[in-house]
Amino acid sequence: MAIENVYQISVINRQQVFYVPQGQPLLMAMEKVCQHAINVGCRGGGCGLCKIKILQGEYQTKRMSRAHVSEEEQALGFALACRLTPLSDLVVESDHFKLQTQQAK
Amino acid sequence: MRKGVMRPGHVQIRVLDIEEAVKHYVDLIGLIEIDRDEQGRVYLKGWTEVDKYSVILREADEPGMDFMGFKCVDEATLDSLAADVQKLGIEVKEIPAGDLKDCGRRMQFVAPTGHVFELYATKEQTGKWGVTNVNPEAWPHGLKGMKATRFDHCLLYGDDLEGNLELFKTLGFGLAEQVLDPEGNRVALFLTASMKAHDVAFIKHPEKNKFHHASFYLETWESVLRAADLISMTNTSLDIGPTRHGLTHGQTIYFFDPSGNRNEVFCGGDYYYPDHEPTTWKAEDLGKAIFYHDRQLNERFLSVLT
Repeated sequence: MAIENVYQISVINRQQVFYVPQGQPLLMAMEKVCQHAINVGCRGGGCGLCKIKILQGEYQTKRMSRAHVSEEEQALGFALACRLTPLSDLVVESDHFKLQTQQAK
Repeated sequence: MRKGVMRPGHVQIRVLDIEEAVKHYVDLIGLIEIDRDEQGRVYLKGWTEVDKYSVILREADEPGMDFMGFKCVDEATLDSLAADVQKLGIEVKEIPAGDLKDCGRRMQFVAPTGHVFELYATKEQTGKWGVTNVNPEAWPHGLKGMKATRFDHCLLYGDDLEGNLELFKTLGFGLAEQVLDPEGNRVALFLTASMKAHDVAFIKHPEKNKFHHASFYLETWESVLRAADLISMTNTSLDIGPTRHGLTHGQTIYFFDPSGNRNEVFCGGDYYYPDHEPTTWKAEDLGKAIFYHDRQLNERFLSVLT
């Protein structure tokens, strides 16, 4: 059943489901309902800790650090949850953060 | 022993959106916008600083730190320090005067941890903001937000701490505090060119050239609490605090700029003279060393970097 004005977010690798009000950034909305399905870092698109892969659904993103999400990855559905606003229900996979072995500029 | 490096003079920070960043550093932290250049960089300072600026913001695809600069007493000292750095086998590049607005030539090099540092001796002095130099009032009217008084230091994460220790000793810095692991390896360095407990600090980390935070000085614990209020009022991303550090014993709060670069505002802290032995914290007690009250590290302190 669709609930008005919220989107359902399924984080499949953590087997967690929560709801995000329309227009709110995914990560901060998750924090508000005390869920721990995605790691929380800087909340500003800089550190990469909340990197996820979106498997299903529509969304929009604000600018994210290219050190963590390259153009190619962005096209493949990778994003930082703190910079992502869902536009539909989403199915995502969290825990995609990796230490950088090489510095990109 | 000291060799003519006076203080942290500036830090250039990369941000994802320049206007969002200016709003954060000016309206929230309380720095003063001083100038802009044709590259779109914005120059800021804390009100007590006599040089024209100490923070430079640059819009880029990847947040983090471009470089940190230290001001030296004069141009001759700048040349001799650059020669000393070269003797360590580190390449030094001279950047001509005017590349940064109203700043003299800068001698720039990459430290063993991958961070870019530079030395310079000349920058336009516009004086403290809003107060005169004769019979000055206690503080100026019109300060915003946290009313940060000055850019104070950076904490940086990188791999080759021993290399950086050699470099900064060559530049005349003292090791005020250190963290040692059970085998006696240094995993943190707090280095100072002054009486402050740190002018720059490093924590060991597998990646090179990571930025942990830029820190700004406040006068009192009351100001740190008020900073915490402002962080909540503006819905700014909080890291941790208000609390006290074990290392340096400063009273602190950590938060993030809109691009995820960490900021600190703090007050207090220990002092250092060149004849002081380094203060040592044990890595086993790192929780207490970093967060003196909680005595427990939050994972973010070690892993969230730009």
